[in-house]
Amino acid sequence: MNPVPDIFRILPEVILTLTGVAVMLIDASLPPGWARRPLGWVAALGTTLALWASLWQLSLPVGTAFYSTVESSPFTVFFHVLVCGIVLVSLLLSLDTLPEDSHHQGEFYALIVFGAVGMCLLTAAVELLVVFIALEISSIATYILAGYRKETGRGPEAAIKYFLLGSFATAFLLYGVALIFGATGTTQIYEVARRAASAENHSLLLAALALMLVGILFKVSAAPFHVWTPDVYEGAPSPVVALMSTAPKAATFALLLRVTYEMLPSLRPIWLPLLWVVAVLSMTVGNLAALRQENVKRMLAYSSIAHAGYLLAAFAGLGSSGIAAASFYTAAYAAMNVGIFAVITVASGYEEKLPFVQDFRGLIYRSPLLGSLLIFFLVSLVGIPFTGGFFGKFYSFSAAVGGGAVWLAIIGLLNSGLAAAYYLRLALAAAQHPARNGDDAVVYTPQVGVAVGAALLLAVAATLVLGIVPNEVLRAAEAGAHTLQAPPVPAGSSLITNTLPPTP
Amino acid sequence: MNAISQSILTLIILAPLAGAVLVALVPDRAKLPNWIALLTSLVTFGLALHLPTHFVLGQSGFQFEINRPWIENPAIFYHVGVDGLSVWLVVLTGLLAPIGVIASWSAIKERRKVFYSLFLVQQTAMFGVFISLDLMLYYGFWELSLVPMAILIAMYGRKDGPKAAMKFFLFTFIPSAPLLVAILWLYAQTGSFDFATLQILITHGSLPAGPLCWAAFAFLLAFAVKVPVFPLHGWLADTFSEAPVAMAMIVAGKLGLYSMLRFHVGLFPVQARALAPYLVALAVIGILYGACLALVQRDFWRLLAFAALSHLSLITLGIYGLAFTGWNGAVYQILSHGVVDGALFLLLGVLETRYATSQINLYGGLATRLPRTATLFVITTLAMIGLPMLSGFVGEFLILSSTFSSVSRGFAVAAALGVILGAAYMLWLVQRLFYGPESQLATSRPGDDLHFRELAVLWPLAVLMLVMGLAPSLWLSAIGQGAAPPRLKTQYAPGYVTGTVIPSGGQR
Repeated sequence: MNPVPDIFRILPEVILTLTGVAVMLIDASLPPGWARRPLGWVAALGTTLALWASLWQLSLPVGTAFYSTVESSPFTVFFHVLVCGIVLVSLLLSLDTLPEDSHHQGEFYALIVFGAVGMCLLTAAVELLVVFIALEISSIATYILAGYRKETGRGPEAAIKYFLLGSFATAFLLYGVALIFGATGTTQIYEVARRAASAENHSLLLAALALMLVGILFKVSAAPFHVWTPDVYEGAPSPVVALMSTAPKAATFALLLRVTYEMLPSLRPIWLPLLWVVAVLSMTVGNLAALRQENVKRMLAYSSIAHAGYLLAAFAGLGSSGIAAASFYTAAYAAMNVGIFAVITVASGYEEKLPFVQDFRGLIYRSPLLGSLLIFFLVSLVGIPFTGGFFGKFYSFSAAVGGGAVWLAIIGLLNSGLAAAYYLRLALAAAQHPARNGDDAVVYTPQVGVAVGAALLLAVAATLVLGIVPNEVLRAAEAGAHTLQAPPVPAGSSLITNTLPPTP
Repeated sequence: MNAISQSILTLIILAPLAGAVLVALVPDRAKLPNWIALLTSLVTFGLALHLPTHFVLGQSGFQFEINRPWIENPAIFYHVGVDGLSVWLVVLTGLLAPIGVIASWSAIKERRKVFYSLFLVQQTAMFGVFISLDLMLYYGFWELSLVPMAILIAMYGRKDGPKAAMKFFLFTFIPSAPLLVAILWLYAQTGSFDFATLQILITHGSLPAGPLCWAAFAFLLAFAVKVPVFPLHGWLADTFSEAPVAMAMIVAGKLGLYSMLRFHVGLFPVQARALAPYLVALAVIGILYGACLALVQRDFWRLLAFAALSHLSLITLGIYGLAFTGWNGAVYQILSHGVVDGALFLLLGVLETRYATSQINLYGGLATRLPRTATLFVITTLAMIGLPMLSGFVGEFLILSSTFSSVSRGFAVAAALGVILGAAYMLWLVQRLFYGPESQLATSRPGDDLHFRELAVLWPLAVLMLVMGLAPSLWLSAIGQGAAPPRLKTQYAPGYVTGTVIPSGGQR
């Protein structure tokens, strides 16, 4: 019945895995003195191939593989392309900014690629156990990457914090999966949806939903599960933050969309108010805390919490409009956030010579290109039209208004006014004339290499395309939303689930 | 319609943008950015002049229209066009651009590429606001117009740029959030962002009255901050005293006033009429308050800021008098104010560049050393205070007579008092800057009068002021066709000389 070979459904993941393995093996077999930098190019090449493979998957009919555990559909392709794009930019960024003599450079690239495998699989999985495995793959890679700067002390602190809290969150998710299995006798998402719709007693499902939401909302750093974010972002190297503030979040939002809209649409009256509250909390807490930050990375950490809130506002949208808005916002957020972290990485270097907002004073005078780009991405984060940030917010709040949550939209727009204050503080500091008397001030003049230039170009292009000609992306997001709304009927029986009776 | 007319508006929008990209690409050597910016702005001005020369008088509706789909869902169109209301504003924006470049020629010494790129982007945003007929497109340009201004204030601020820039940005950005909600609400109700469609649906349709009032108020609030109308003027003085001369010159007042005409009164006639008495009162307060504060300023940029508050309030008075004459006067006064303020900014910028201060009391007795500057300054001042036969007189007269005959005699008298105060502070400024004993500052440096570059701009402006004062019908014929309060246009079109009042009541 299914003419598509199973392997085609996970082709991007396969390519990424092979790339990761190749990078590790080459790294191990190179003599110690040799430069590891070309490995980064290998990883970037593999990621590009995976991106093309995802796009190629669009030509396959929508369907599942491997006993209905993974799916390929416009929805998965949308997020695959997004994740691969972010990973590509982060790799290019690391290529020029990691110190030449950096220890374990090969591992660094391999870990990024393995993380990408997990994230891609997370968006493709339609079986909760595969979801869990995918989440672990991506999380473990990011835990290690967060602590990559062992020499600073901040790095290990960030990694340990992230690891401990993250493991707890994953445990919550796993417990939720167990309860789902208890309630419905299956962990296949379509099957769960079918059985949950006809279930009479929801109490076990509700507990499962709550536990799963805790795990997921932790990963997307939504309030009140956000406390790890500023510390981890501050300690992790900037190229890694560029990655981990966007790609795992994008993948986890895809999971959240699956869990809410595809798996438990019948519980919409329950999860909708929960997400409403989380959205408002995230925006408000994130923005208020960001106002007080002097450290740029902490400020952007809180800003990413606020953006998770804006994105969650889209969940108030009905049906495919909400899904499409959330998907679009994920893309817009990823483009501009990767961009701003790229600028910050280049401007302050691997050793982070410019940790504070005031250190960025006069950036546009020192380096007009970086200064202008910094301001450009901040303007997009503020949500000025003709940038991706505007349409992201626009669709998210339109979806909320369309779903009847006018107050959510108003709170969101007031919040973006609040947010403008701190984004602008950084932008205006960068635009200000450098201090004349301070000779001791940082006179670090950043260099823009080929790889970083390509990374910045990609981010700028994505932000502008999403802001000026968003039609194509929007159409892709809507196509994805439709597949999520009308999931393909699982072909044949899934692995174990159908053989088991529902829990007594 | 020939080929150029069909795409002229797109060209006008794209030309400065292309110039901005070009400026960003060339090396910063031998004033290359300046020349490219000057050339671009002259070309754009030339393109803008195409509009009035090919504008068909007597043809109602929008001309040079372009209407193409931009975004599918929601249906946003790239819909642009001009009518009598906007056609001269586009030309004015085009005229001020080269003047702005000249004013920055020697004042901006560092990071010229960034400066001129952003200056040209600002031009695009301004043109976009004046010609957009799709509300989302309009909103896009409206927001875009904030960004270059804020960045340039921060970059070239005289004392504390970032603070003034933040004030400017937040003051305008926060009220535009309700504006966006109102636009979205209109779309949710009608399924259209199109100006003409919405105008019909709002006037004749059955939109719920309560929320419609709030939507109209949200529009008004955003515009009133931008103009600014009296209690919302907190950002104005800081912006004027910190912003680069060229930027302050091109943005002052026009965007907000035009938006009021087109998108507040034009879109919500009934709701606007309900609020008009309050706005008239606020405008009169603004005229007097601005004039009084201008009298006591020690810094000429701040003086100019409060003078602008006074003049812009006068225009607001003309708009919310909701009479045909007043509207003509208001649009004419926007044009005249743009030209006169442009010249004034340029002259004061020259003084500040030469003497490195904007403190009025340090100046004095400059007339003997800078005779040409003094002459042109006096001509500009006279135009500003509304001397007959110069441009300022026509608009002021139309607004005041319209207020007198169709709004309230008391307010007209009060507003006229503001005009008298205006003469007082401007003439006093001239006296303190150019006459009296020579100050230490004046003797401390060699007299460096206007250069050819500046004269080449200022003399044509002075002639323009004279022509605008002598032959207003050159402009009013087009303005009168577009600038009429809604519904008056169809019912009482010929009677504009008498200043007919809008019939009240209607469809409430």
